[in-house]
Amino acid sequence: MPVEALIAEIDRADSAASLLAAVRTLAAARDPAAIPTLIRVLGFNNPGAAVAAVGGLVGIGKPAVVPLLEQLDSYNYGARAWAIRALSEIRDPRALEILVGAASDFALSVRRGAAKGLGSLHWTDLPECDRPVSQQKALDTLLPTTRDPEWVVRYAAIVGLETLGSNLTAELSDRLETIATCFESLEREDDELAVRARASLARGRVTRLLQ
Amino acid sequence: MQPSSQVDAIPAPSMTIEQAIANLKQTEDPSARYYAAWWLGRFRVRENAAIAALIDALSDDRDRSPDGGYPLRRNAAKALGKLGDDRAVSPLIDSLSCHDYYVRESAAQALEELGDARAIRPLVKLLEGGVEAAVFVPGKPHLVQPYDSVLEALGTLHATDALSDIQPFLDHPVPRVQYAASRALYQLTGDTQYGDRLVRALRERDLQLRRAALMDLGAIGYLDAAEAVSETHAENSLKLIALKGILEKNLDTDAPHLDSAIVEVMQYMDRLL
Repeated sequence: MPVEALIAEIDRADSAASLLAAVRTLAAARDPAAIPTLIRVLGFNNPGAAVAAVGGLVGIGKPAVVPLLEQLDSYNYGARAWAIRALSEIRDPRALEILVGAASDFALSVRRGAAKGLGSLHWTDLPECDRPVSQQKALDTLLPTTRDPEWVVRYAAIVGLETLGSNLTAELSDRLETIATCFESLEREDDELAVRARASLARGRVTRLLQ
Repeated sequence: MQPSSQVDAIPAPSMTIEQAIANLKQTEDPSARYYAAWWLGRFRVRENAAIAALIDALSDDRDRSPDGGYPLRRNAAKALGKLGDDRAVSPLIDSLSCHDYYVRESAAQALEELGDARAIRPLVKLLEGGVEAAVFVPGKPHLVQPYDSVLEALGTLHATDALSDIQPFLDHPVPRVQYAASRALYQLTGDTQYGDRLVRALRERDLQLRRAALMDLGAIGYLDAAEAVSETHAENSLKLIALKGILEKNLDTDAPHLDSAIVEVMQYMDRLL
């Protein structure tokens, strides 16, 4: 079926089940022409359909980045959380600024997705000369995010920092120690056992890189 | 138990502790009392005056809903569960015989949170008549007793003497009640067949049932469920809460030792962020 017909199926869907089926089919087509429709689905307040749409956008990858950045819905935090999630999974460093902003969003699901995504961008897509300043920016955002009031955001910031730490450019290699120190204090002081445990795991992994 | 952490934004406290206690003590404005009771629980105000006023509110007769219920009593019971003060145990046990179903439900949940074994016998009494008696109240969306809350409380309170009272509820026609029984029996016996029943519930077609099973698996910390929890069709935030429960139940608080099963749980969590 041509992609136009698949898009039409989405507008014709009259139940949650038929919508989900239509989004899954459209997502599987991996066709850039589907991008605007998949982004629209993120705002439908239908988690199943949104998961499928994110999967489709991530599958399309880079061509979806600019439309996602341009159409980020600042009035619907559900849609925004899904878009941030898609950007985090595509890992294109053009999303850096948006993810930095999203790390202080009022909605915790947005902050959670941004924190993880900030650490795992494909830094090698950037010209070599831009890498240090971009990574420093991610680092400057993630370190304070480990003090977020919500446990799950702190947890995500640890995951983000761990990934960032393992991919630091040579100019920033001394920042690994800062990251390890941050994990150490979370491991000791965080109120939530799950966060302390994740910090402990991350500290172990990062310390191995230091040796 | 309801997943409270689904709420994305939390309102800031908009009144002082003194105000809240004063609002609860006055009797002119029922809605201010109702809100104050919730507020004192939400912000964990453990002051003597707050506890005393909440216990008082458990026998309030002024605030009545159209169906004859006691909204203030419900909120007071919920708040007392959060405040962790033993003085509330015996008044909450009295609330288990209130004729408002929702007061009994809130009291059972509060007694579970307070963790006092004195509540066991009065809770078991609500199971009297077994599954045969556990029917819907005609015209109401609930059963004659808050069985799920009672069963969950008995599990948490280590009511091993109540095993034979709980067992039959595995076959109750309402899935939510079956889950509560599985959850309690797992807590009381550690037998994996009960944990596995909850894992199977993650494949139910109804999202509400999958959500309930998620919360139960998180509450009992059933390690074997981690993968199924991460894969069930539900919101990532709920799956993360359930996995957090599993992770924490299997960690030693003093010296978290990260064995491979624990690391695996964290890997599932990482993927859901």
